[in-house]
Amino acid sequence: MDLILPDFGLLFWTALVFVLLLFVITKFIWKPILSMVNEREQKIAESLELAERTKEEMKSLQAENENILKQARAERDGMLKDARDVAAKMVEDAKTGAKTESEKILAAARQSIESEKAAAVAELKTQVASFALEIAEKVIRGELSSDDKQKMLAEKLAGDINMN
Amino acid sequence: MPLKIVHILALLMSFSLSFSGTVYAGETKEEFNVGEMIMHHIKDAHEWHLWGPEHGGTSIYLPVILVDGTSKVFSSKHFYHGKEVSFELSKDEKGHYMEGVGPAKGYALFHEKIYKLKNGQMIIKDGHAENAKPLDLSITKNVAFMFMSVLLLLVILFSSVKFYKKNGAVAPKGIAKFVEPLVVFVRDDIAKENIDAHKYKKYTPYLLTIFFFILVCNLLGSIPLIGANLTGNITVTMFLALCTLLITLFSSNKNYWKHIYATPGVPMALLPIMIPIEFIGIFTKPFALMIRLFANITAGHIIILALISIIFINKSAAWGALSVPMALFISVLELLVAFLQAYLFTMLSALFIGAAVEEAHH
Repeated sequence: MDLILPDFGLLFWTALVFVLLLFVITKFIWKPILSMVNEREQKIAESLELAERTKEEMKSLQAENENILKQARAERDGMLKDARDVAAKMVEDAKTGAKTESEKILAAARQSIESEKAAAVAELKTQVASFALEIAEKVIRGELSSDDKQKMLAEKLAGDINMN
Repeated sequence: MPLKIVHILALLMSFSLSFSGTVYAGETKEEFNVGEMIMHHIKDAHEWHLWGPEHGGTSIYLPVILVDGTSKVFSSKHFYHGKEVSFELSKDEKGHYMEGVGPAKGYALFHEKIYKLKNGQMIIKDGHAENAKPLDLSITKNVAFMFMSVLLLLVILFSSVKFYKKNGAVAPKGIAKFVEPLVVFVRDDIAKENIDAHKYKKYTPYLLTIFFFILVCNLLGSIPLIGANLTGNITVTMFLALCTLLITLFSSNKNYWKHIYATPGVPMALLPIMIPIEFIGIFTKPFALMIRLFANITAGHIIILALISIIFINKSAAWGALSVPMALFISVLELLVAFLQAYLFTMLSALFIGAAVEEAHH
């Protein structure tokens, strides 16, 4: 029967020990442990969130990088094309420049040749004229060496004039 | 290796049996009384009986503290080594009590209870003593066991706290690795689960304390030689259930009482029946807590002792081949029960508290 009857002495000690235990371990055990566990859980939750956020950021960063890369590639292509164009134009320009220059030189050469030629022709003309004068002088001298001959010439000249 | 453990276990278990009037009891050669031995073991005592016969065996005599006008403190040896007085219980049955000597003079120990002698005599009618009892605040076996368990619990808990103090909020190591999951379990699966989200924090320390107290006492209690039947003692379970009842009543809100005195959705005509039922329900819940823990732990002790007793009833060690494996099986089962009962007590306490602080939301 006394198995199921409470005993005052044991009740007293149980109450004393349990109440003391409750207060001591609440203050010195549960509060620090629970606060540590909470702190750690918060830390973990924050870290997870941060990781998630970083992942998102990485994703957007990657997309951005891709964009920048694409842009850079396009820019590079543009620049290359420009450079090629410029080079082609330069070559073209150089070609046309050279052509006009050579043409100019040719024209100048032709002109100088022409003028040289004219000068030579003029010289030749004066030379020939002087030669002709000399020959004419000599011929005239021969013609005018006797009276007969002078008469004949005069007649002939007169005859030429008449015919004109 | 397992065989060795079985041997040690069996040896220890046989030590923890308190053979009252055992086969070894010398000349008297009384029949081995299983019932008496088991009852003696699961009840409280003023000595810590280790091994050997009841009288003359090896015991630790615990201090007796009596408040009877003045307070008296002396060793229980003065009872156990006192004068044994026999009396006629019935025609062919004899009872006996121990009359105290020395500082215990004037008192007698009868069925582990201390009585005041009246004119130097015990007055026993139908096996019940009618003498007055002094206020007995002795450090009994259960009290000593409780001190030991609480001390062990404090050592475990303080060393886990030390870990956090030293390392900060990092993943636990060592003893904290064992304590923390239990703490988190009680907080998340017991407190948070049963009590409103913004109120559970207030009750978590209490729930943790009863959980660890019951768990440690259950586990230590199932160790032979050092284990006492503390959580299988009605006084202890009554006190714990009383704590839960008081916390429930003191934290109860209007909604809780409304559910008792005017259960929503119940027709007025039924209220005269419902109100007494609900009112009794306030007390039956902690009463069930008290009985459940007491019965489970006591039953575990009884089964193990009964199985071991098979050997002594048959007076042959060969029966150990049967009784030891069975007792081992039950011991392992008791490990589960130790956790389960600690969990159940805490969980139901949380449930009752949760019902008392719940806000009306339906």
